[in-house]
Amino acid sequence: MDRDEIKRLENICKQNRCEIIKMIHCAQSGHPGGGLSATDILTVLYEKSMKNFPEWDKSPSHNERDRFVLSKGHASATLYAVLAQRGYFSKDELMSFRRLGSRLQGHPNTHIPGVEVPTGSLGQGLSMACGIAMALKLDKNPANVFVLLGDGELQEGSCWEAFMHAPHRRLNNLTAIIDRNHLQIDGTVEQIKDINPLDAKLKAFNWNVIEIDGHDVVAIYEACENAKKSDKPTAIIANTVKGKGVSFMENQCGWHGKAPCDADCQLALAELA
Amino acid sequence: MNIDRTKTKSIRAAYGKALVELGKINENIVVLDADLACSTQTAIFGKEFPERFFNMGIAEQDMMTTAAGLASQGKIPFASTFAMFATGRTYDQIRNSICYPQFNVKIVATHGGITVGEDGASHQALEDVALMRNLPNMTVIVPADCKECEEAIKYAASHQGPMYIRIARTNVPDIFDESYKFDLKAKVLRQGKDVTIVTNGETLAEVIECANILENSGIEAQILHIPVVKPLDNDTILEQTKKTNFVVTVENHSIIGGLGSALSEILSENMPTFVYRIGINDEFGQSGEQRQLMEFYGLTAEKLAQKIEKKLREIK
Repeated sequence: MDRDEIKRLENICKQNRCEIIKMIHCAQSGHPGGGLSATDILTVLYEKSMKNFPEWDKSPSHNERDRFVLSKGHASATLYAVLAQRGYFSKDELMSFRRLGSRLQGHPNTHIPGVEVPTGSLGQGLSMACGIAMALKLDKNPANVFVLLGDGELQEGSCWEAFMHAPHRRLNNLTAIIDRNHLQIDGTVEQIKDINPLDAKLKAFNWNVIEIDGHDVVAIYEACENAKKSDKPTAIIANTVKGKGVSFMENQCGWHGKAPCDADCQLALAELA
Repeated sequence: MNIDRTKTKSIRAAYGKALVELGKINENIVVLDADLACSTQTAIFGKEFPERFFNMGIAEQDMMTTAAGLASQGKIPFASTFAMFATGRTYDQIRNSICYPQFNVKIVATHGGITVGEDGASHQALEDVALMRNLPNMTVIVPADCKECEEAIKYAASHQGPMYIRIARTNVPDIFDESYKFDLKAKVLRQGKDVTIVTNGETLAEVIECANILENSGIEAQILHIPVVKPLDNDTILEQTKKTNFVVTVENHSIIGGLGSALSEILSENMPTFVYRIGINDEFGQSGEQRQLMEFYGLTAEKLAQKIEKKLREIK
C-alpha cells in the first residue's frame, strides 16, 4: 500500500471517528469506547478489503459482495458511520441514530442498507456468519465473510460452539476479527473472566490465527488479504485501545456506554481534528 | 367419527419423508439437526441430500443462529431437535436472530409434551408453545396426524417467515384422509350444542373419542381443531364457540401460555365465555410409559370425558 493510500484511509478513519462522537453526543446515548476501538478495522474492511456495493441490493448482480456481520452490535455507531461514508445512505441520516422511528436503531437490524443480519445480543454473530459462509459454499459463490467480535463477547459460550464449527466445515471463506481492547463494562476482561491464552485457544480450535495492531490500517488490510488465501477459517486478533483517538476515553471502562456531554464532545472533536 | 388405534404411524417419519419430497423439488431446502437426526428423522433427508444436511452436533444455540445465517442468503433451513432443546435453550437466538429479521427458518421440534415418556421431566417440553407463541412474526403449528404434519411441512416450505412446528414422539392414528389440505384455518370436525372442545396435536384423537363417550351420556360436543396456534383464526373461533356457552381446551402442554391461554385471551376480550383449560397443570412431568402418562395427567378420552361431564354439572 503506498503512502497516499495509507493517508487516504487514515483520513477516513478520522472522519468516521468524528461522526461516531457526533452521533452518540446527539443521541445522548450509545457506545463510544468499543465503537472507537473498532473504527480502523471497519473502515479498512469497507474502504479497501471487502468487495462491497453501496447501492445496497441483494439482487444477483451484487451477489459477489463480501458479507459482513457486526457481532459486537453495540458498535453500531461505527458501522453506520462507515456505511454512510461509503454511500449506503446519506450522512444526514446519521444524526437520527437511536431516535424513535429511525432506521438507525440502537443495535443494527436488517432494515438498514448494508446489514445482512441483526445483532446486539452477544454471541450470535459468528454462528450467523458461519451460516452465511455455508450458504455461499453451497452456491459455489467465491465471496468472503467477515465478522467482528468483541473480546469480552468471547465469554459467551455460544461463540465457542461456532469456533468449533467453522473449521469442522472448512469454512475458509470466513474471517473472524476480534476487537481485543481488553475492557468490558464491569472491568478488564482479565479481571472479570479471562479469555487468555486467546491465540492458543483459537489455534487449538484449528483456526488460522493472525495477531495485529488493530489501529494499523496496513496491518489490517494485509491480515485480511492473508485470510482470503487461507485454507482454514482465519481469526485475526486485532489488538486495540478502547476509546482510541480521544485521550480521555482511551482505556476507560466508564466510556463503554456513556454519551459525551457538550464540552466532552467539543474536546473530542478538537482532538480528532 | 371413530379412531382406529390398531393402525398408528410415526408422525416423525412423516416429517422425514416430507422433507425428502421437498428436497427433490427445491434445492434451497437445507436441514440442520443437533445430534438427534435418527430420532427427529431428519436423517432420511441427510441420506438423500448429504451436501444439504448439517449435523450441528450437540449445540442447539449454534444450530439456530447458523440457520438464521443460511436463511439470510435465501436458503430455507429446517432445524430440528427435541422441543425441549429447540425452544428454551435457544429462545434468545430464535427471538433476535430469526424472528426479529423475519428470516425464513422452520423449526420443527419433535418430542413435544408429556408423551416423551420414560426420559422424564428434563426432556418433556410443556412450555414450548408458550415460548414460541409470544414471539412477533412467528407462526406456531401443532399438527395432529401424519397427513396434517406432511401438509404443514409443505406449507412451511412454500410460505415465507419463521415457523415453529411441534410434533409428538407418539405414533398417532390417522384422522385426516388423502384429500386434506393445510391452511391457517381452525376446523370444525364435529357439531354439538353443549360444549366446544378445542384442541390440536396428538390430543385430537383423544378428543374425538371423548366426544363419542360424551354422546353416550347425552352430551353433544362440538370439536374445534386448531392446528395453528398463531396466527389464531379468530373469526372461526368466535363464530363456532358462540354456539355453545362452554369451551374446553385440551392440550399436551402446560395450561399456562399455550392453546388454552390463547383461547382464553380471545374469548374474554370478545365474548366472555366459560373456558375450562385441560392440560398439564403448573408442574413438571415425570417418567412413565406414554399411555400411563396420558392417563395419569388426565389426557385420555375417558379421563377427558369424566372431567368435562363433572365441570358441566358444576357450572349448570
